[in-house]
Amino acid sequence: MSILVDERTRVVVQGITGREGAFHTKQMLEYGTVVAAGVTPGKGGREVEGVPVFNTIKQAVEEEGVNVSCIFVPPPFAADAIIDSASAGLEVIVCITEGIPVLDMVKVASLLKNEKSVLIGPNCPGIISPGKTKVGIMPGPIHKPGPMAVISRSGTLTYEVVYQLTGTGLGQSTCIGIGGDPLIGTTFIDHLKRFKEDPETEGVVLIGEIGGTAEEEAADYIREEFNKPVIAFIAGQTAPPGRRMGHAGAIISGGQGKAEDKINALQAAGIRVALNLGTLGETVQKVMEKS
Amino acid sequence: MKLHEYQAKDIFGKSGIPVPNGQVVTAVDQATRATQIISGPPWVVKAQVHAGGRGKGGGVKVVHYPYEVVTATESLLGKHLVTPQTGPEGVTVNQVLIEEGIEINREYYLSMIVDRSTACPTMIFSQAGGMEIEEVAARSSELILKEHIDPAVGWMMHNARNLLYSQEPPPPVGALSALMSVMANVYKIFMTLDCTLVEINPLVLTKDRKVFALDAKVDIDDNALFRQKELLLLDDPREKDPLELMAEKYHLNYIRLDGNIGAMVNGAGLAMATMDVIKMAGAEPANFLDVGGGASEDMITKGVEIILKDRRVKAILINIFGGILRCDVLARGVVAAAKKTSIRVPLIVRLEGTNVKEGREILRNSDLKFLVARDLGEAADLVSKQVS
Repeated sequence: MSILVDERTRVVVQGITGREGAFHTKQMLEYGTVVAAGVTPGKGGREVEGVPVFNTIKQAVEEEGVNVSCIFVPPPFAADAIIDSASAGLEVIVCITEGIPVLDMVKVASLLKNEKSVLIGPNCPGIISPGKTKVGIMPGPIHKPGPMAVISRSGTLTYEVVYQLTGTGLGQSTCIGIGGDPLIGTTFIDHLKRFKEDPETEGVVLIGEIGGTAEEEAADYIREEFNKPVIAFIAGQTAPPGRRMGHAGAIISGGQGKAEDKINALQAAGIRVALNLGTLGETVQKVMEKS
Repeated sequence: MKLHEYQAKDIFGKSGIPVPNGQVVTAVDQATRATQIISGPPWVVKAQVHAGGRGKGGGVKVVHYPYEVVTATESLLGKHLVTPQTGPEGVTVNQVLIEEGIEINREYYLSMIVDRSTACPTMIFSQAGGMEIEEVAARSSELILKEHIDPAVGWMMHNARNLLYSQEPPPPVGALSALMSVMANVYKIFMTLDCTLVEINPLVLTKDRKVFALDAKVDIDDNALFRQKELLLLDDPREKDPLELMAEKYHLNYIRLDGNIGAMVNGAGLAMATMDVIKMAGAEPANFLDVGGGASEDMITKGVEIILKDRRVKAILINIFGGILRCDVLARGVVAAAKKTSIRVPLIVRLEGTNVKEGREILRNSDLKFLVARDLGEAADLVSKQVS
């Protein structure tokens, strides 16, 4: 098992004719993902890597039965693309786009409250269920099927962690990059709830960073309701206050969002926090052996 | 993007939020004329810098004679102002705002942000104005009131009433409509200008029940600047670190820090984590540098050059997990940088991921002297050897 995406996932790539969209369509196909359709308004009728292109999501749903979208459209049009997918009833929407205005995401979040779609991102690497499918931009070969779930606010940092896990022999059930923006579709808790019900997932690696209070909220949830081992890592222990560290959401403001507070909250909830990224894989291995 | 106080007050004034009469001066000889136009005494002379905590740094002066306005202006212009938020080297004051003094009867705090947990624009109001709101939050959080605004509905009068009538004691009846109007206008500014923060601290009430925004802070969402073109004119590049400005030009995410180990990483999360690795190895990072997912060879070269321009840098750690950014592209960029500027400090390179073999090969076959770290643990060891 795995969560949200698997063998029955049929992907529509929004922005498939763009440079990034086309490149990653190819990568996803090579990994074995079923990319059934692409959408670029005005370019319907074409093909990219053998994938048919449509003008609207609606057409892609009707013609190809897609159920998951992967968004590469530029920031000014990304909110529209998300809402388009949600209104078409897609199960999962993965938004890779970085740089969407916050107030656009306010609109998206307000609308999604009444839709069943699960939004992953924006500003994220996507989601992968190793050996089954990947919807996103992560390098496929570093992953392998197995018992660990990974939920992360970062991209390359997640690759580093997955690489170490695979290196120690621990494969992954599903890895999700939830995104580095201040407003994201789904949080740690949303996915922890799913991993709790997934029999294949035996433990979770949670990768947080400075900014906001999502890690603190996750700590509360884990203490009260989550019954599988969790190992956490928090990036940005040396980040200065008031500066945005690359990710729009990675900023310590008004004394909130510090790495120290997050680490304390997680530890207080009984969660093992790896302080040294270099040995994270070994730490996870030790925790999983004990459990 | 941050705005200066005078720029924010200009926006306030045009949007119907009362602000004191004032004038910006960039030279001392303009100060005398300002006293003739602006009513006083008293006058308030305020340094215009983006950094907060100006009052504590001596950047705000209240004076009572026209000649004092001039001397206060003189003492601030061109001065390096050090505030709790600037770091020890401070920031240069290029502009000074001279304002009429306002007699204060009550001070409030008013701001608007997007609340991350509810994803709603949220107004924050407190009767503990004029102090640092973080301190108020820490000491007496019950004094801070929040009102989430449903973005589908927009601002409603009851939002203002919820905030105002929860105060103990509530604001005087005669001031209520003025305060409600300020709140509605703050919401309007926030939404139409794509703000990430609008803050008035203090928002004051005078004895005759007039309302004034004595201070003004407006931050604009960088991601929305493509549709806020007029606001771009308000950008003040002098407020930024020259190396950060240079990095911006090449679309590199660079933030200068106080340490001596330069770092170049792809991805913001991994870059932060690499800074932490440097710190754990007993050293201090000199910078945050995320070259991004799709960096070109040229961007890598520029990145190395920018790191080296910081004279405090004693060693450089390059940590790349190749995904979209391929290791061979990175390697070629580094080699090109070494040809343009001599790399006078030890270079530690850790490469992994896409095209790692090609990348390592390119580095090995160049004249470049560098230390190879096979993993992050080894990278940390090599860093700590450089500083010991």
